[in-house]
Parts: sequence; structure tokens; C-alpha cells
Amino acid sequence: MRFAPHTDDDVQAMLAGCGLSSVEELFQHLPEGVRLDRDLDIPEGLSEMELVAEMGRMARRNRHADDLVCFAGGGAYDHYVPSLVWALTGRSEIYTSYTPYQPELSQGILQALFEYQSMICELTGLEVSNASLYDGPTALVEAVHMAVGATRRGRILVSGSVDPRYVETLRTYGNAEHFSVEVFPYPYQPGGRDRLGDDVAAVVLQHPNFFGALENQAWEMFDAAHQVGARTIQVFDPLSLGVLAPPGELGADIAVAEGQVLGNHLSYGGPYLGIIAARMQDVRRMPGRIAGETTDVEGRPGYVLTLQAREQHIRREKATSNICTNQTLMAYAATVYLSWLGPEGLRELGRHCVAKARYASERLADLSGVELAFGDAEFFKEFAVHTTQVDAQDVQRRLIEVGFLVGPVTEEGLLLVSVTERRTREEIDRLVKAFEEASS
Amino acid sequence: MTGAPVRNDGPPLAWTLKGLSKAGRRAWTLPALDVPEAELSEGHRRHDPPDLPEVAERDIVRHFTRLSQINYGVDTGFYPLGSCSMKYNPKVAETVAALPGFQRLHPLQPEDTIQGALELLWRLERALCEITGMARATLQPPAGAAGELTGLLIMRAYHQKSGNPRTKVLIPDSAHGTNPASVTLAGYRAVQVPSDARGLVDLGALEKLVDDDVAGLMLTNPNTLGLFEEEIEGIARAMHRVGALLYYDGANLNAIIGKVRPGDMGFDIVHLNTHKTFATPHGGGGPGAGPVAVSPRLEAFLPSPLIAYDEDGDRYFWERDRPDAIGRVHGFNGNFGVLVRAFAYVFGHGRDGLREVGERAVLNANYLACLVRQAYPMAYPGRPMHEFVATARPLKKHGIRAMDVAKRLIDLGFHPSTVYFPLVVEEALMVEPTETESKETLDAFADAMLQVAQEAESDPELLHEAPVTTPVRRLDEAKAARELKLRW
Repeated sequence: MRFAPHTDDDVQAMLAGCGLSSVEELFQHLPEGVRLDRDLDIPEGLSEMELVAEMGRMARRNRHADDLVCFAGGGAYDHYVPSLVWALTGRSEIYTSYTPYQPELSQGILQALFEYQSMICELTGLEVSNASLYDGPTALVEAVHMAVGATRRGRILVSGSVDPRYVETLRTYGNAEHFSVEVFPYPYQPGGRDRLGDDVAAVVLQHPNFFGALENQAWEMFDAAHQVGARTIQVFDPLSLGVLAPPGELGADIAVAEGQVLGNHLSYGGPYLGIIAARMQDVRRMPGRIAGETTDVEGRPGYVLTLQAREQHIRREKATSNICTNQTLMAYAATVYLSWLGPEGLRELGRHCVAKARYASERLADLSGVELAFGDAEFFKEFAVHTTQVDAQDVQRRLIEVGFLVGPVTEEGLLLVSVTERRTREEIDRLVKAFEEASS
Repeated sequence: MTGAPVRNDGPPLAWTLKGLSKAGRRAWTLPALDVPEAELSEGHRRHDPPDLPEVAERDIVRHFTRLSQINYGVDTGFYPLGSCSMKYNPKVAETVAALPGFQRLHPLQPEDTIQGALELLWRLERALCEITGMARATLQPPAGAAGELTGLLIMRAYHQKSGNPRTKVLIPDSAHGTNPASVTLAGYRAVQVPSDARGLVDLGALEKLVDDDVAGLMLTNPNTLGLFEEEIEGIARAMHRVGALLYYDGANLNAIIGKVRPGDMGFDIVHLNTHKTFATPHGGGGPGAGPVAVSPRLEAFLPSPLIAYDEDGDRYFWERDRPDAIGRVHGFNGNFGVLVRAFAYVFGHGRDGLREVGERAVLNANYLACLVRQAYPMAYPGRPMHEFVATARPLKKHGIRAMDVAKRLIDLGFHPSTVYFPLVVEEALMVEPTETESKETLDAFADAMLQVAQEAESDPELLHEAPVTTPVRRLDEAKAARELKLRW
């Protein structure tokens, strides 16, 4: 594959234009000692046909969600992606553009980001959204930085029901010693509030939580956090917000989410979409790009990147974040997808998830080798089961052999099962039958 | 082919999703619910639905098609943004990334079901290590800045292991803003290193700043002025003498790919920007991917898990038992879909193709610089690599600024270069043509730049007014920041 359009004559003419006679002269000032005096140890280039064949071979070595019936969750979900989402997001004027540094040439991206921010505010019941972050876990890191900046404190209390990958990611960035992470155990024990003091920057809850359960008593930690002047952060599922009360109503100051579910492909974990929304009190602490509406010299409406004084290219070492490239394209896809759903579709989709997950959980709980891990909890689209006779890993493996993908298996040895609107009753019934054999 | 401009003769600007919305209209479809209805308890329910648009599918398609028509991409035309390497994005990369065996993989599938994906990641990692002259790499960081922070946390962990994380990281005054921002996030203090008269790191000044409290130096080479740091060996010696590490910001790797490797220059940590060097589409601001490669002594600190290969069993797996690892820097396995595209680029080009990429990128920048330098002097005298930084300072006497030049170029049908960066250059114009542009395109762009320089003298008003051909003209950014309107 070659994409440089130069003919040999072009090369000669261009060299001559620079007063040179060979390409090597362009590199002559590089110190001898650091030049590579051999070819890179990478195979010769391929034609497009050969490349497609070779990558097709690797793709075929994978089982995937079209070939296995996908009941897997744990932070990434097999929701349906309507045809128009990527037909529109893939338009190459959008797809191949850079960050909108020249707004007159970038109104398409900028307006879509403004519409994205508007819809995220509507979904969450919060006041301001940025234009995207990398993924859910890194969005939580940014939210924690906001809380640390707002409170000038460093203790972060995280519920044990928060996705362990979020906690792990948070701990990695905590290595820089701007904050420390403490996890309080789930299921909750009395006295959780005692952990709170005036050194706490934020309390983090996930709802629906990592085990799929809806949180009930945990909300008192948000109240307690506010009493000591800490920020409250909720990890949420954007597709739950047609049926579940939004973070803004539940007392969250900052809400973060994995936005993959909004029209983005599973794609082995990325590129996904980090969503973050907050109250106006924290707008100047928001990380990353924010689109704003303004007018041009003729008074016509238009959009620009705004509040750039927060950002690294202006504020450098004092910036609110180092983020530059984000996940704009995934936010664009989410905007198309949410337009397609609208308020009614969002509610209907949520209704399907709730009903199908309930049905699957009840059928599975009837099996002798399966118990619901949190029996009395309500859930949205995902639940955890305890396989009493067979190790959860083995159950997962046996189910793959007969065509079902479930999981992940949690650190506690529980098996997560998620049921999106895509799963049919027939598929659920077949899963239950396969589960019966796999778990006994 | 120079490309097609974005013009103001499209559908009305006032089209917004909100404006198109009408109660009761819809696009969504779902099958009939085939299981019993289940109610959530009252306390959990949402009562006020979100105010999302209610629109027909036809409305959505028209709306977003129009948005694409008022947007400029690499597929639209020449895009010479300095330090962004806006080269052609191969279509074959989209074909392979859309294969269900890649696109429909759940990130938590057991390893036995994803041997092909792991093989791809392993081979990509090996290739990136060969290109950079490093030992091992993580593919987890989702963008260049995330790679920077990952690299700095590795630096911190390395020094911590020997008892003292140190407090300072050195950064040239020409550095990209993400460098100092990442340094702060990594818990370090950024200390600026001055450039000398050549636009290179002032080695004498650097040596005075180096002490055993310096954790490392972040350097882009070629630097953000497009110049090769010719004293890189001396710089590396100065850093290593005090036990500090040398960090390579891969933003400008396109200039030297296949010619010089960061590892051979003495660098210890390298991040790459796949959306630059390896042409993965930037999507209007992302996604990217920011793999980080390190020298052998830093391998233990790379994020977990790391991809691994068991030759005897011919099996790929994730290695998790790595006690010194800094942890996880992304929720799952990085931007896998972007890495698939980078794989297509690297292995499609191969060793010969990659070397040609660097050569042609440097040839294009040098050729273009020669064409425009009489009107826009180079900021520094040295030979440019893949990009050059010129200045619009001579036009200042006509009341013309770099931004006016940029806006006039838009009217002439081109995306402008980067302006006002690097900060150390007055009225900077930072031009990076990349290797995928033809001589004809460069000639046409140079003609446009020279025309603008003449107009600055003959008709400066034309430049102040520009752009006039676009869907909107200059936008009031001060008003946007003052009267915040961030949502409908």
C-alpha cells in the first residue's frame, strides 16, 4: 500500500525546487550515530487484497456477538445499533476532520457537539456536559479531579458496588498523589457515614451498580457527603434514564458514564465514549472540549469551542485536564442515536430491558444450581448469579460451547448476565435450558 | 487535486434538532415486548421524560447530512494543520475494522475466543517496538495525551522504586500544551527549558537545569518547530547522567519513521499518536490511540494487563501478574477499533512503504517551505523536517495577523495551517502538508499563500473580512465565553 502520489519526475522537480539532488540530503543533518542503517524488521508491504485476506484470517479466529448470543455485560453491552447511526457518522467530511480549530469550516462537528451536550444534560438532569471523554472509567478520574479541585481535599470514598475497572483506573491516576481511594464494602454495613469527614473530596456511587442492582440505602452517603461539603459522583447507564430517575434528581453533583451503549460498537472495548455532566458550579473545572453557541459578525447563530481558558493549549500546566483528542466521533454517533430514540423510544427501550432481565432472572433462579446473588434487589438490565454446583468460570465456558456469551465472572466468583432489548424470549428460554445443563 | 471548499449555499443554518422536533413524531422501532411486563418500584422511576428531539428518520438523515456538508475533512481537501499529520485515511482500514470478528467482540470475552484479536495486538505491539526501538509497549492509552500521562506515571513508578519519585520534569518552551498539563497530573512540576537561536533545546541551559531532582525530559523530535534536535545524543547523556529519563512525544514521528528510532536516540519512553503517524481517522476530535513503548528497564511498570504469547502452545493471552505495573489506564483494552486501523496501515505499508512515508513527508514540507519563504520567512534557519514554522510578521505592518491569513485561505478553498503555535514564534504559521499530497496541491496552496501576502498589502480589508464564503463568518468567541450557552 502506498498513498504518496509522487511520480519520479515530481520527486526530482521538488528536490530541484529546494536546490537538492537527492532525498538523502533532506536527512543529512541528522547525527550519524542515531540513523537506522538497516531496514525496519517489519514485513514488506501488502496490496490491499492481501491485507484484507490476512486481517480477515485474524478476524475469523474470533468468536463474536453475531455468532454467540450475547448476554455479556460488565460495562459493555450488546444494544442494537440502528443503520442510520454509522451511515451518518461515517460521512467522511465528519469522519476525517480534525478538532474544530477553524470554526467556520467545522460547524457540522460543533453543532453536533452542542446538540450532544444538550441531550446529555436532558438525560442526566444536570446543567452542563462536555464534548466527550475517553470512556467511563477515565471520565470518573476526571470527575474526581474536578471534586479535588473544588474541595481542595484528597480522600475519595468509592462504593464497593462500583465496577472494579473504574476503581482500578482511579487508583492508577491516584499514584500521582493528588487523591487517595478508599472502597467501602458492598453489601453495605451500618456506619458507612462514619467514614465521612471534612477531608473527603467525593463520594462515588454506581446506579445501577456493577452487579446490576439498583441502589437504595447508598443514597444516604450522598446526603452525608453534602453535609461535609464533599462532591457526589454517580456512575450511571445512559440507556437506563428513560425509566430510572436521573442523577440530577438523585443528588449527584457530577455524573459519569460509559456511553458505548449509545450507538457505538462493542469493538473489544473501544473506541467508547466517556460521558461527564455536572452542575454550573463546576463548569470552569470541567475537563476537555466544550462547544458553545454564539453569533458571527453578521449576527447569525454559530458554534465554537468555548471556555478554552480551562484547557491545556492555553493554560498548560495549570489546565483542568490534559485531554486534547477525545472521542468526538463517538459523541456524534450518540447524538444520532439519541435523536433516533427520542424520549419515547428511550422509555420503551428501558421498559424492554427491565422486563426481559426480570424474565431471565426469574427463569434462571428457578434452576437448582443457580441463585440470584442479590435476591431482593431490583435491577435494570443486568443481574449477578451465584452458581452453587459448578464454578462460574466453568459455567461460562460450557455456555460458550453451546453458543452463549455470558459474564464476566466477578472477583467474588459471581456470573453477570445482562439482557438488552435485542434478546428475544426464545433466546432467553434457550439460555435457561443451556444454563441448566452447564450449572449442574 | 486540492479539494472542495465548504460553502455557504447549503440549507438554512437555523436547522437544529430542537427546531425539527414535533411532539408525537418518531424514528425508533422496537419489536413487540415478548415477555411479561415488569414494573420498577415507584421510588426508582423517572417521572419527567428528558426533552430529547421527536423527529422522523428522514429528518435525522437530512439534519446530519447537512452537518457533514458544512464540515471540512481530509477527504474534502488539503488540511495542512501543523503537528496534526492530517494525511489521507485509507479506506481499507474501515473495511477491516468493520469485520464482525473485530467490531462485534465483547471486551470481556475469554481469551480462547479471541485469539485473532490478541494476535493482532501482539503483532502490532511488536511492530511499534521495532519502529520506535523499544522493548515492550502498552496499547491501552486511548489518545496521545493519555499516553503522555501513562508514560509519566511509568517514569514516576520507576523513580519511586529506587526510593525517590523526584519532583521536576523538564519541557522545552516550544512544547505542546498537553506536555505541561500531563506533567502536573502526574504529580510533577513542569520546568521550562529555553530554545536557542536555532530553535533547538539550549543544551547549555539544559545542563544547568539538570539535577538529581529531575525525573525526566519530555521532547518531541523533530520538535514542534519542525526541526531535528541535532544534539539529541548530548541531551540524552545529560539526562542519563543524573539518572533522569528521556521521554519521546511521538507527535512528529511521521518525519523520521524508518530513518531514525527514538530508542537509538537514547529515549526511554515513547508515545505514539495513531491518528497522526498511522492515519487513523480523527473523527472531528477523536478517537485516537496513544500506545506507549518503553526500554527494557521500564517494562515492569507498563500498565496491566500486557499482551503475551506462549510460543509452545501457540496461544496469546493477557498477562496480569505484574506487581510493579502502574495499573489500568483505560476501562478495557484501549481503543481497539483504532488499533485495528493502525495495524492495517503499518502492515499495508510494510518496511519499504513506511520509510517512504517519512521521506515524502519531509520532501513535501521542504518543497512547500521553499515556495512560500520569500513572503513568510521561516521562524528559524534550520532545515525543516515534516513541517515548517513560518511567520506572518512581515504582514503586521499592513495590520494583518496570522489569523487573517488563515481566514483568507479559507475563502481560497483551503483549510489553513495551525496558527499562533508554537507559542515561542510571533505570528506563527505551522504548516504540515504530509506525504499524501501531490506537487500540484502544494503548488496551488503556495500560490494561495503568496496571493494572500500580496493582498495584505493591496487590499487588507479583504483579509480582515474573511472568510465570506463559508456558512458562517468569523464567530464571536468572547461572547461565547461570556454569555455561556452550552445547551439548548
